[in-house]
Amino acid sequence: MRAVSTAETAATIHPWAIHAEALKVRAGRHLAVDGLDLSLGTGVHGLLGRNGAGKTTLMRALATVLKPAGGRLTLLGSSVDGRADLRHARRALGYLPQHFGYYPRFTVREFVSYLAWLKEMPKPDIPAATQRAIDRVGLSAKADAKLRTLSGGMLRRAGVAQAIVNDPQVLLLDEPTVGLDPEQRLDLRELLRDLGTDACVLVSTHLVEDVVAACTEVVLINEGRLVWQGTPAALAEQGDDRHPGDSAAERGYSALLRRHLAEAAR
Amino acid sequence: MTTHPTLNEIDRYADGDPGLDEATVWSIEVHLETCADCRARLAGSTTAESRALVAEVAAAVDRGIAAGPAPRSRSFFRTPVRQRWFVAALLPWVAMTAGVLGTAAVLTYFLSELPSIVLLLAPLAPLPGVAAAWSRRGDPAWELIVGTPSAGLTMLLRRTAVVLVLVIPVLAAFAVLGDSRADLALMLLPCLAFTAATLLLGSLVGVHRAAVGLMAAWAAAVVAPSLATAELPVLLQPAATGGWAVVTVVLATLTLLRANSFRRVTSF
Repeated sequence: MRAVSTAETAATIHPWAIHAEALKVRAGRHLAVDGLDLSLGTGVHGLLGRNGAGKTTLMRALATVLKPAGGRLTLLGSSVDGRADLRHARRALGYLPQHFGYYPRFTVREFVSYLAWLKEMPKPDIPAATQRAIDRVGLSAKADAKLRTLSGGMLRRAGVAQAIVNDPQVLLLDEPTVGLDPEQRLDLRELLRDLGTDACVLVSTHLVEDVVAACTEVVLINEGRLVWQGTPAALAEQGDDRHPGDSAAERGYSALLRRHLAEAAR
Repeated sequence: MTTHPTLNEIDRYADGDPGLDEATVWSIEVHLETCADCRARLAGSTTAESRALVAEVAAAVDRGIAAGPAPRSRSFFRTPVRQRWFVAALLPWVAMTAGVLGTAAVLTYFLSELPSIVLLLAPLAPLPGVAAAWSRRGDPAWELIVGTPSAGLTMLLRRTAVVLVLVIPVLAAFAVLGDSRADLALMLLPCLAFTAATLLLGSLVGVHRAAVGLMAAWAAAVVAPSLATAELPVLLQPAATGGWAVVTVVLATLTLLRANSFRRVTSF
């Protein structure tokens, strides 16, 4: 007979990887996320919204960097609001911030393995996981280059590598495609599709075509509230030729946003 | 544990006898993986052909090792890169602290009617370093770090320990070499108490703000009056040593009780 710890008996499958109810998060004094209800499961979810819609604040709250000001937030079945113990959820989390700071003297490999160590991965697994993450983002040739010598797109990919190094179950990428050339963007979409098969990936972006190409679901928010949630195909059906946009999805996006703004004005 | 195969079976396995059925081959292989004795027997029954193959592979592996990059030497001075970076980032702050203390020592030497300025400033010595070690400006990757499971009091304490390891020898040197011959305990205990107070206050308002606030408060409430009156305050008389020790322990305990509040970005 031996004692069984709570960690061993905890559920390994959750109805939602990310579950927010009436979530409120402050950015400074401003309530940037104001009563958001959101449930996300496995797959790639594209987070769309105008500037100042609360995308980055929502990402920070989901990454457990910011403490919610109200409502409930559950990641992988464990509550991360208030005084809860965050370590369990944080071990299964990957996060690429919008403006990510880095240590210019570190090489890509040192940077990724430092973050792997901070994510409390078992020490013997770190070198192999680091190499795999660097390979997956296509930086193998630059693995031993110093971060300050990298271009903007390469830095962004190094950021993605540190986010995926611990095989996260919840992966939050805030504008990962900024600074990538068209070919790298295609590679990143491929990587996102691959990651989305067994993890919950939330990608915040301004580019509607990225969402349509790589995502299984679209989440549209405005002023900190959920406006619409559905598949990219359903998004394309929302608009018609009267709405601005160069593709069906862009027309659908502007149609949804206009309809929401008109309702809010009434 | 599987039963040992017979010597006859091992001979036939080593020969690659086609008469040996697959199930037997598998069970022999599974057994060989765990049994050193049978592996030794197998080595004795290998054919010349397989010995030649093994020798060829060994030579190729040796060539590959000789041609590849040399393994990294793990010399004594080779510390993990993150520690080297962290110490390098702190050195300017420690140098500044040493510079201020040196100036204070020179002033104390020339203005002998004033109380020891080194002793007055000693409690504040680690605070700039602690503030730099746990602030958004001091750590460019704060947003990445604060979302990891290791972020928290343990990490802050580790960084604070590095600052203290760098600052305390400087203080001790001033205490021993300075002509005031200040009491070593009276230099170091207030310094630890202020470090603990910074961490405790930092759990509420952020370590950076806490350090700045405490430095301003000490300068206004103790340093300025004692320079004006030219008397050492009662807080820094030898009799106060016990009080400082008690305060340090109480503040450190309270900080440990508030450990959870260092997990969010508010403490940065």
